Amino acid sequence: MTLLSVDNVDANHGLLRAVRGVSLTLDEGEVVALVGANGAGKTTLLRAISGAHRAGSGRITLDGVDVTDLPPHRRARMGIALVPEGRRLFAELTVEENLLVAARHARAGTWTVDAVMAAFPLLQPLRSKRASSLSGGEQQATAIGRSLMTNPRVLLLDEVSLGLAPQAVEAVYRSIETVIGAGATVLLVEQDLSRAMRVAHRLMCMLEGRVVLEGPAAGLTREQVTEAYFGLGRHVLAEST
Amino acid sequence: MTWVNAIVQGVLLGGLYALFACGLSLLFGVMRIINLAHGDIAVLGAFLIWTLVHETSLSPFLATLLILPAALVIGYLLFVTLLERSLRAGQLIPLLTTFGLAIVIQNLLLQLYSPDVKSLTASAGSFTTSSWHITDQLSISALGALTLALAIAVLGGLQLFLGRTGMGREMRATAQDADTAALVGVDARAVYARATAIAVAIGFLAGGFMALRSTFEPSSGPTQLIFAFEAVVIGGFGSLWGTLVGGIVLGIAQTIGAEINPQYSVIAGHLVFLAVLALPRSGILAGRLARA
Repeated sequence: MTLLSVDNVDANHGLLRAVRGVSLTLDEGEVVALVGANGAGKTTLLRAISGAHRAGSGRITLDGVDVTDLPPHRRARMGIALVPEGRRLFAELTVEENLLVAARHARAGTWTVDAVMAAFPLLQPLRSKRASSLSGGEQQATAIGRSLMTNPRVLLLDEVSLGLAPQAVEAVYRSIETVIGAGATVLLVEQDLSRAMRVAHRLMCMLEGRVVLEGPAAGLTREQVTEAYFGLGRHVLAEST
Repeated sequence: MTWVNAIVQGVLLGGLYALFACGLSLLFGVMRIINLAHGDIAVLGAFLIWTLVHETSLSPFLATLLILPAALVIGYLLFVTLLERSLRAGQLIPLLTTFGLAIVIQNLLLQLYSPDVKSLTASAGSFTTSSWHITDQLSISALGALTLALAIAVLGGLQLFLGRTGMGREMRATAQDADTAALVGVDARAVYARATAIAVAIGFLAGGFMALRSTFEPSSGPTQLIFAFEAVVIGGFGSLWGTLVGGIVLGIAQTIGAEINPQYSVIAGHLVFLAVLALPRSGILAGRLARA
């Protein structure tokens, strides 16, 4: 059944129309990957869903409840959790404090500090370390853990592998796959196409603010996605007119 | 020995300055608002306590305690009615808003209480004049010691609150990154309102102790604000214990200045403040509220 539904949403940065009439639905337990070039509107779309960026028009519903006009902290309390690009930890707080801040207004659920430590074993020895002293991969694990502490119904992951060493990316994705294995509903933005196709059930490709390709991850070829990613077909069309 | 006495008196005076500076530091640390009305808010507190004492002949200490819940409410309303709107309009507007508020409070007090000088020293009985004579030239006043102890208790309490409680953690997280705090369910507006409430309550406390120590009038606020600013800058903006150190350094500078010549008291404080500002890293304990 549909858990999150985005209906014809526009989101602008001033005059720039970053997201143009995007619609998507996310079923309970589904993992959808959002791919596309830089500036395609992926991050803005995730931010619009979380409420961090106000949608210009359109409707966003969570489990049938219209959240379009709710501020981000209300949406977080209802179960929409965004792991923001660049991790954005509370740098002066310890790892544990970062998690506890998120626990204060959490929905009822199974995620606790200990559960996060179990899912991200690399964090266990770092519990009382200041977040600013962690490596990129450790920070990313903390950021994901912090979002999980709200016991989200939908987890939005924005470029979790950005700026991480390959080994750290592996560690972070192993943990994400654990979370997905437990039945989480995830919408993730990922630059690494093969990783996106492996993790996700469904793939969506954005170009210049629009969804240009959508389909089950298993049913799409790399060529199809690459073409949509760079907008090759469209440009040929544009030149011929 | 007179120098030792000057230093001891400076430390005690520093407690009062730290109390003044604490509320200023909190608002700046949590929401980056420089509250130019902080001194006048403290003086407003002093007048409210004075009124309560004169209407009911309660002890000034009890009156100060009783006024604190009202201070929390006033602080909360101050945020909801004025500061929240001005925060939304950018960095400069809160500064102008609190500047305007300072003028409004001063004139309101002038209208209601006349420009006469007032004090609570007499109402507090023998406590304000009692002291421990260590030697002939060195004595510690009971009120000074109580003020310093209170300042330490308030700063320590604030540190425990920020470090150990959920509400305090939330306040530090919001101070660092309000947008991200919202993503994990924190309502920045509620956090800011709470911080303002606490800052006003501590301001009232400082006002009450100022009134016990010396005299005050409707126009006393700006001077207290300058001392509070100097204490905060000397100690490092946003650092709680730095605020205490800053207050004490300022207090000592003033009493030593006064020891040289009574006219040099205030200017000596200003000079130390300017010297610290000129240092490469401003603040003796440069740091952030979040580290508290």
